[in-house]
Amino acid sequence: MITRENILETKGIGKYFTDPVKTKVLDDVAFEVKRGEFLTLVGKSGCGKSTLLYILSTMDRDYEGQLRIDGELLTGKSVDRLAEVRNEKIGFVFQFHYLLPEFSCLKNVMIPALKLGKYSRKEIEARAYQKLEILGIQDQALKQASKLSGGQQQRVALARALINDPLIIMGDEPTGNLDSKNTAIVFDIFKELSSVYNQTIIAVTHDNDFAQQSDRTIEMADGRIVSHGR
Amino acid sequence: MKKAHNHNVNSEIALTHLITRKRQILMAAMGVTVGIGIFIFMNSLMKGFDRYSTESLFKTAPHLRIYREDAMSAPIVRTDAGDSTSAAVILNPKITNRSKKVINPQEVMARVKALPYVTAVTPDVAVNVFYNNGQAQVPGRVSGVDIREEDAMFHLTASMLEGDIRAIATRQDGIALGEGIVKKLNVRVGDNITVSSAVGVSKNLKVIGIFKTGITSIDKTKAYVNITMAQQLMRQGPSYITDIFVNVTDPNKAKNYIDEIRSATGYDVEDWETANSSAMAANRIRRVMAFSISMSILLVAGFGIYNILNMTIMQKMNDIAILKAMGFSGWDVTKIFMMQALLIGVIGVMMGWGLGALIVTLLAKVYVGGDIGYFPIRFEPMYFGLATLFGLIVTSLAGFLPARKAAKVDPVEIFRK
Repeated sequence: MITRENILETKGIGKYFTDPVKTKVLDDVAFEVKRGEFLTLVGKSGCGKSTLLYILSTMDRDYEGQLRIDGELLTGKSVDRLAEVRNEKIGFVFQFHYLLPEFSCLKNVMIPALKLGKYSRKEIEARAYQKLEILGIQDQALKQASKLSGGQQQRVALARALINDPLIIMGDEPTGNLDSKNTAIVFDIFKELSSVYNQTIIAVTHDNDFAQQSDRTIEMADGRIVSHGR
Repeated sequence: MKKAHNHNVNSEIALTHLITRKRQILMAAMGVTVGIGIFIFMNSLMKGFDRYSTESLFKTAPHLRIYREDAMSAPIVRTDAGDSTSAAVILNPKITNRSKKVINPQEVMARVKALPYVTAVTPDVAVNVFYNNGQAQVPGRVSGVDIREEDAMFHLTASMLEGDIRAIATRQDGIALGEGIVKKLNVRVGDNITVSSAVGVSKNLKVIGIFKTGITSIDKTKAYVNITMAQQLMRQGPSYITDIFVNVTDPNKAKNYIDEIRSATGYDVEDWETANSSAMAANRIRRVMAFSISMSILLVAGFGIYNILNMTIMQKMNDIAILKAMGFSGWDVTKIFMMQALLIGVIGVMMGWGLGALIVTLLAKVYVGGDIGYFPIRFEPMYFGLATLFGLIVTSLAGFLPARKAAKVDPVEIFRK
């Protein structure tokens, strides 16, 4: 196997919930993710996998240990810097699509790129069309986001996650709300992104079929990693 | 990181939020509209009333009055008591007999006239009198004036109903009467009346004119005569003058000149605001009331905006969370919602200008009668400006509180639900 660089690294991640009593939900979590890797996090509900994902996402800043993305130590960075990092380097897909209902699909996909400001508006529009095409929904581009079916909405959300060519796509149960047909479509897209476009993906799931087909599966129990999956 | 392009996506989102909720936005803006409209209307009306009352005040009162204050008698000190260390003092102060006249008035007037900000100076001899016509007797106050100077200061000819007041310059025995006195005495121009003063002088005078200032208390008591006639009524010579009236370029600055005129003349000086302090206080109370009423309406409009924005933010928790996940900072989110509040404010303010202008235009055509005539209201650009300022301050505050709340939304909490 070719040695590839680490895109994401954690060291000794720990987290407590204080409500209602102080409990440790993550304990000494350490792992790396290589560029182009399709990684799934699995475990029973309450094992801390989602909590871990939100720490990796930089949205949860209240933890112990260290988080590095793309070589930059993000632990303790300012909220605004972390927002910039997310804008540029991370794409998100959730169980729910979280599209802005008043905007067209195209605009929804364009918004993170407009925020980033790396390209002109024309270029962004062309790129948004291209992403929608990869996901096979370019014909829905000008429809309002709220008028689409659940599967289509999830694909628009995926296109939005891809618009800034992020280093990592993070998914929290990305197929959790979909029927088996749409789950298969979304899963195929993940697989294609990983193999064809060498896209790094970290997804939390409790769908075993989904996990089995990823490159690597980290299994968690009671806030600890029980298997690194290699 | 330096951005290659700035796409202003915040305002795009803010505008889309506004456009998709047109009716709600319009209602919130209407609140501001009413607030601004009432603010403009009430303050313009108060300003109009103020102007009207000052104008009518200046029909008979000068900007500054030079006079001699009653003096109190000094204690009598006996120094011939023999004992040099003690003195017998007799204390019984009261008003002295000394006359209230201004000594060498011509000289004093010339000195005042030389001041750069003085526009008009006129002498006045005030005499308390009874006007008699047969059995009818009316108390009042006669002013002995130099009619040319007096006319320049108070535009008396403009208030004449009948006759020419300038005739008293040439007619020693001429008198111009207020309309109220004329009615009570039942006289006409050309009739004779008897005027008797407190010092016991009675003169037979011919009515040469009738005036109406519009101020009832003046029209019922006041009359003008030649200054020599007034001096005769007081049994005094030509140097006897009770007051010197002074007008200046800017009446609002009158009180600043008091000290200078006092030291130039050596007499007491009183400005019109002090002389009419109770009327001034009433004006102030009116203004404070108008201001507080219109400000509270604006505040209520602010609550309207606050409510609508708060509701929007509640409904848009998911949107805020995903925007933050996608890299929008708290400040970006604040801007998105502040912009909405300010836009509502701007729309409301502009409609408020229209409403204010409409009310002012309509009211200016309403006849209220009495001395006032039409509503003394007109366009006051200052209040359009002030209303805009206050309107925008209130909407910014009303927008800032919910916007800051939106900025503090923790996306993780939303996603984990």
